[in-house]
Amino acid sequence: MDVAVSILLTIATAATPLLIAAIGELVVERSGVLNLGVEGMMIMGAVGGFGAAYLTGSPWVGLLAAIILGALFSLVFAVMTLTLATNQVATGLSLTLLGLGLSGMIGTSLVGLPGARLPNLYIPGLSDIPVLGRLFFSQDPIFYLSIALVFGVSWFLFRTRTGLTLRSIGDSHSSAHALGIPVLRYRYLAVMFGGACAGLAGGHLSLVYTPQWVENMTAGRGWIALALVVFASWRPLRVLAGAYIFGAVWIGQLHAQAFGIPVPSQFLSALPYVATIVVLVIISRNKRLTLMNTPAALGQPFVPDR
Amino acid sequence: MKKMILALMATAAAIGFTGVAQAQGKLKVCWVYVGPVGDFGYSYQHDQGRLQVEKELGDKVETAFLENVAEGPDAERAFERLAREGCKLIFGTSFGFMDPELKVAAKFPDIKFEHATGFKTAPNMGIYNARFYEGRYILGQIAAKQSQKGLAGYIVSFPIPEVVMGINSFMLGAQSVNPDFKVKVVWVNSWFDPGKEADAAKALFDQGADIIVQHTDSTAPLQVAQERGLHGFGQASDMTKFAPKSQYTAIVDDWGPYYVGRVKAALDGTWKPEDRWEGLKDGAVVMAPYANLPEDVVKAAQETEAKIKGGWNPFTGPITKQDGTEFLAKDAVAEDKALLGMNFYVKGIDDQLPK
Amino acid sequence: MRLELVKRPERSKLFSALSPLIAFGLTIIAGAILFSLLGINPLTALGTYFIEPITQVWQLHELAIKAAPLILIAVGLAVCYRSNVWNIGAEGQFIMGAVAGSVLPVLFPETIGWWVLPLMLVMGMAGGAAYAAIPAFLKARFNTNEILTSLMLVYVAQLVLDWLVRGAWRDPQGYNFPQTVQFNPSAVLPELFPMSGRANAGFLFAVIAAVLVWFMISKTLKGFEVRVLGQSPRAGRFAGFRINRMIYFAFLLSGALAGLAGISEVAGAIGQLQPTISPGYGFTAIIVAFLGRLNPLGIVAAGLVLALTYLGGEAVQSALGVSDKVARVFQGLLLFFVLGCDTLINYRIRLVGSASAAPDVPAVVTTAPTVEAAR
Repeated sequence: MDVAVSILLTIATAATPLLIAAIGELVVERSGVLNLGVEGMMIMGAVGGFGAAYLTGSPWVGLLAAIILGALFSLVFAVMTLTLATNQVATGLSLTLLGLGLSGMIGTSLVGLPGARLPNLYIPGLSDIPVLGRLFFSQDPIFYLSIALVFGVSWFLFRTRTGLTLRSIGDSHSSAHALGIPVLRYRYLAVMFGGACAGLAGGHLSLVYTPQWVENMTAGRGWIALALVVFASWRPLRVLAGAYIFGAVWIGQLHAQAFGIPVPSQFLSALPYVATIVVLVIISRNKRLTLMNTPAALGQPFVPDR
Repeated sequence: MKKMILALMATAAAIGFTGVAQAQGKLKVCWVYVGPVGDFGYSYQHDQGRLQVEKELGDKVETAFLENVAEGPDAERAFERLAREGCKLIFGTSFGFMDPELKVAAKFPDIKFEHATGFKTAPNMGIYNARFYEGRYILGQIAAKQSQKGLAGYIVSFPIPEVVMGINSFMLGAQSVNPDFKVKVVWVNSWFDPGKEADAAKALFDQGADIIVQHTDSTAPLQVAQERGLHGFGQASDMTKFAPKSQYTAIVDDWGPYYVGRVKAALDGTWKPEDRWEGLKDGAVVMAPYANLPEDVVKAAQETEAKIKGGWNPFTGPITKQDGTEFLAKDAVAEDKALLGMNFYVKGIDDQLPK
Repeated sequence: MRLELVKRPERSKLFSALSPLIAFGLTIIAGAILFSLLGINPLTALGTYFIEPITQVWQLHELAIKAAPLILIAVGLAVCYRSNVWNIGAEGQFIMGAVAGSVLPVLFPETIGWWVLPLMLVMGMAGGAAYAAIPAFLKARFNTNEILTSLMLVYVAQLVLDWLVRGAWRDPQGYNFPQTVQFNPSAVLPELFPMSGRANAGFLFAVIAAVLVWFMISKTLKGFEVRVLGQSPRAGRFAGFRINRMIYFAFLLSGALAGLAGISEVAGAIGQLQPTISPGYGFTAIIVAFLGRLNPLGIVAAGLVLALTYLGGEAVQSALGVSDKVARVFQGLLLFFVLGCDTLINYRIRLVGSASAAPDVPAVVTTAPTVEAAR
């Protein structure tokens, strides 16, 4: 039982950064904007979070800094694609490039420093319950934040007026504009929310997952987050499921190796990626479902005519 | 536009001047790293060696380096650039640089080249490496003494001989204490991926290992050990500050003495291309201070260390391969060549070596 | 105060020509600021970065070597992006092209003949195209997002290559180190001017491919189809063009070119298969494609400029001790500025004071502009 619990906890840790970054990107895409710069914003959050935590000695300050830095960095993308109406794919890719480069430069002096890990939650009584206590009441704070984000975003998108407006912008910015909705303002806020989430996900890496700073420590997780959004066909609860399935496959292949299953390790390493493709295919085969949820204006620039 | 042209001309002139200024007297020594110097692992340790050269011989040499050089066509350009920029002694620090470095060495016969971890040499190119496996034997002994369950988890990067030799040496050390000792192996297919290494460590702990050994470069596995209240060993550098309560010791790559020695040789004209494979005895491999261990275990470790420094080789027979055939007869010592091409496990390892 | 875009009645010829220059100028200024912040004389640094690498003949060769794969891949990607097909996985197609093309020299190292090299190149193209056919099929058949499938396949390709060179294809004489045998001389691309440097026929392939694809896009019916489907899939359908056929065409063409780049790299500058054969050419080529405005001839220039940023990055690293990350920052900035400046071609920028801002409701509803793939 103990082993099962700690495997589940490992999966949760692996899934949390993917989940947070994907939820942020989901909101961005729901507003009709495709930001491929998740990896770049994430790594900026990671370096900013670690740096701030190191300078102030408080991982909480680091957490805040990660969120702010992610949002600020996404502002660059917003100005380019929203105000200047540049191609979103190309701009997102350059954001990733810039983020990987800048974070490396900023972080040069942070390499090799031990970081402070965000403490796990401890609630007297609840945390001591066998099994359930360890699973639900004694994880790191960002884990709870990630779950709250999923339900919060789900509620916001489908239960509030503002959420409805955001979705309508993603489906047709010109009709939304005709109705007098400030399209670009909504999109600015959505992009920055996505940036903040990506930053937070990066902060999770450098403050919880592996409390240290090293170059390229995101190791492609931003891209996985992007895949999860499509995988989830733009539904928050499915992002939750997707992130945990991916985390389980990821951890599972390591366990398979430790058990000594005689399959080349490269094949096991490739498993999460192949699994992603297979699931994407299964999801997208159902055209009605995909079309219903896909923001129709995704990736198209919008310039208000007057 | 005119201003820009003027600026460009001024710049060109500036470059010209710096070029002249550099040529005055000092010997230029250069390094090519495969990773970023900020990896706090393999490339970082090589750069520490470079810094030691600067510190000790700074008045006679100047140094430069190229980091993050991909193995492949970029490598050849990197070596050629350094050769043309006046480097007189160039160290290539990754196995994949072997052939590109060899090509450039043939083009610049007056420049001295050294290549780490490879096997090809030239009249102006020597090779060097460190006997990390010596340290791994000591780790094996400590693990077998400290493990409650007789089971260690081993995180590895790629099945190259250096890594395989490390696993074998570790196992021989462990078996010298506990013949039934077991090890579980996980290949992460990367030298450096903190997240994945942490996950692998957790998986191994979950499957019952209580000691973690790594042949990957990040500090993440030790941090996991510390979180779980378990133990492990550092790799490449002393990782104490990342896991003060969990690190028993670490195998530290100390390239400093080697680099200083070679640069001195180049300075006084005694440099020759050599095949240098140094270990604990020469100070190229250093055991980080033993910690979190009972006194008798520390004492035993120190004794083994002294024995190896005295010339004893952990690969001394009788050693049986995993498939039951004999590798070394009693008292036979493995030749370097057999070690450098090692592609089999010794008896007692349950894992299948990836082919 | 805020910025507002006003659409020009037609594309501005002036800014079409000026935009790359302005962008480059802005990159230089940003670079100067960056270097000053790092405490380095910006003039020296910029000179070392952008000028020193093109003042020596051997470096021009290196420039060609570095630019060749970028151009080859980007030219294929231009066809994809112009027709609204988002192939992000050229890196994987590059690797699979290299693997397929290496079958002959690795498994039959003794084979010698004039036909060896051409056959390798053809197999390389076939390998790249076949690998690109996977996301194309998934997109055409199941409507699966090709950005993600092609990207995931990159990781798979890297692991396949890794598995081969560490296992079955390993050089038996190589002390178990992960690399194949060195290709025999008849499996190696000839060098163009062996006297002065090592640039090989790969650069020639790149230029030829660029010219051919340029001709295809601008002068043939197929090119017209690419452009129409890219600008408005609906209009394309009315014109009788089939989207699925275009998906296959774009993916197979770009896959074949990426595969050719892969085998040219392996048979040219490297001479054997290794675990890593590309420092991310497939991804950098995406930038090259956009930097060249998805125009094959522009891509040749863009490929050379980007290759220069790599060489320059190494130059400042070894001469001035600047971190290698500077090259990435430069590439990111350059692309940002190019994309931003290109906005000026289609729009005028107007500063609007908050007091004079008109209400946000337009008098007449117009349809939103469609994605203009050429930017």
